[in-house]
Amino acid sequence: MLELKHLTFSVEGEGSQKEILKDVSLDVQDGTFLVVTGPNGGGKTTLAKTIMGLNQPTSGQIIWNGEDITNLNITERARRGISYGFQQPPRFKGLRVWDLLSLASGNPQLTHTDGCQLLTQVGLCAADYIDREVDNSLSGGEVKRIEIATILARKSPLMIFDEPEAGIDLWSFAKLTETFRYIHEKRQATIIIISHQERIINLADEIVMIAGGEVVERGAKEEMFPKILENTQSGCAFVKGGAQA
Amino acid sequence: MNSIDTHLLREIADLERVPQGAYNIRKNGQLEGRSNSANIVIESKEDKPGIDIHIAPGTVNESVHIPVIVTQTGLTDLVYNDFHIGENSDVSIVAGCGIHNSGCETAQHDGVHTFYVGKNAKVRYVEKHYGEGEGTGKRILNPHTIIYLEEGASIQLETVQIRGVDSTRRYTKVEMEAGAEAVVTERLLTHGDQFAESKMEVIMKGEGARTQVISRSVAQDNSVQVFYPQVQGEAPCFGHVQCDSIIMDHAKVSSIPAIVAGHTDAQLIHEAAIGKIAGDQLLKLMTLGLTEEEAEQKILDGFLR
Repeated sequence: MLELKHLTFSVEGEGSQKEILKDVSLDVQDGTFLVVTGPNGGGKTTLAKTIMGLNQPTSGQIIWNGEDITNLNITERARRGISYGFQQPPRFKGLRVWDLLSLASGNPQLTHTDGCQLLTQVGLCAADYIDREVDNSLSGGEVKRIEIATILARKSPLMIFDEPEAGIDLWSFAKLTETFRYIHEKRQATIIIISHQERIINLADEIVMIAGGEVVERGAKEEMFPKILENTQSGCAFVKGGAQA
Repeated sequence: MNSIDTHLLREIADLERVPQGAYNIRKNGQLEGRSNSANIVIESKEDKPGIDIHIAPGTVNESVHIPVIVTQTGLTDLVYNDFHIGENSDVSIVAGCGIHNSGCETAQHDGVHTFYVGKNAKVRYVEKHYGEGEGTGKRILNPHTIIYLEEGASIQLETVQIRGVDSTRRYTKVEMEAGAEAVVTERLLTHGDQFAESKMEVIMKGEGARTQVISRSVAQDNSVQVFYPQVQGEAPCFGHVQCDSIIMDHAKVSSIPAIVAGHTDAQLIHEAAIGKIAGDQLLKLMTLGLTEEEAEQKILDGFLR
């Protein structure tokens, strides 16, 4: 189980402290599929990065399977089974897709067949990609899917994905949602996905809405989904004001 | 040959034993072993140190190994090797120099390699440089590689120097006739107080010539690297120069690419970049369970592959 207790994260800005996360507390039971959603700039990515250790919280605690991991570094958290798929994954001159999958799986002898299976799960035609370098010759959507494949390769008990749908075409996205559904049905991992995509939100057991650095609301999908739709229909206050004038 | 010799041969030519096919092994300025094949004949020069390698026209799928090892401190070895590669042949040539300097005097090898590549011939040339030894003497390698490509000829030139060489001044020149193709790949890692300079001139004289120059280097500690790749187009042709360096610690890297066009249809491009290892690359590999040091090593290994 993952427990976040009173997490805060602030940065220096214009002579004052800016709080990105404000007292976030959250429990995530093993095997849960949790979607984190909310407006841009609300603190979702910061929260995900804080769980992975990419940000160090200003205060609060992160407990993973009963162990306080707040002061563990990224590597130590990774080795305890936490994984994080970057929203904007880096590219590597010289490292091939196979290299990344091999490192992610922890198996230096990862077979081409196993590597290809992982790529197929994210909708990539494996034979075309497995030996390619993860450099600028790949499109944003391709790099993103390779990134997701590295998380699948890790087979870790906690998988965090940061907007996995961004930049991915409709057909590959359908394959990806199937993969998420499969992992969840088999209860292979606890899945936390930051997303605004209806098809991903539909897969969730629970939805957490984060805005202004706080958990605004949390509930079962059935309860939360109508509220989210209602929110999106309300539109932008500025546009409304403009229309009235 | 002793265990140091075999170790050096493994490092520079991936050789576990005497190679198949034609070879010439030079040790401390002397001939250590030689073998010819039906199509490849190696002869010692009579007017100066070095060898002539004659590859008969139409020779296909054969290889030549010409490694040089220096294990004697204080030795300065200068050698001229000329390759005459017949038309329509397709061959691999593996050269390289390994220095084991256990003394306090400089050990130096300067190889001048000239390639005359006949019409429509294909050559893959690999040259690895390696230095080791517990002595305080410097290990110095100054290779010159001059390549003449006739019409339709092509060469893949791969040079590698990873660690151990205190000072190197490399000069590479390629002259290309119509339809010739050259892919030049240079990989270099310096550390400590090492110095490396690489000057390169690729001149496309004939129509339809194409070249790609790829230089990747890592400079660590206090080492210094200077690159001068120049591509010149005198006819309708295509040339691309790409220099990438990773700089670490207190190293210094200068990258000065040049493109020179003497024809309106010469398409020439250069790109050069120097930078440290990107922070997000390290972080990504750490999220896969690698330590920062392991992540750094993986990134460098991939970059210099």
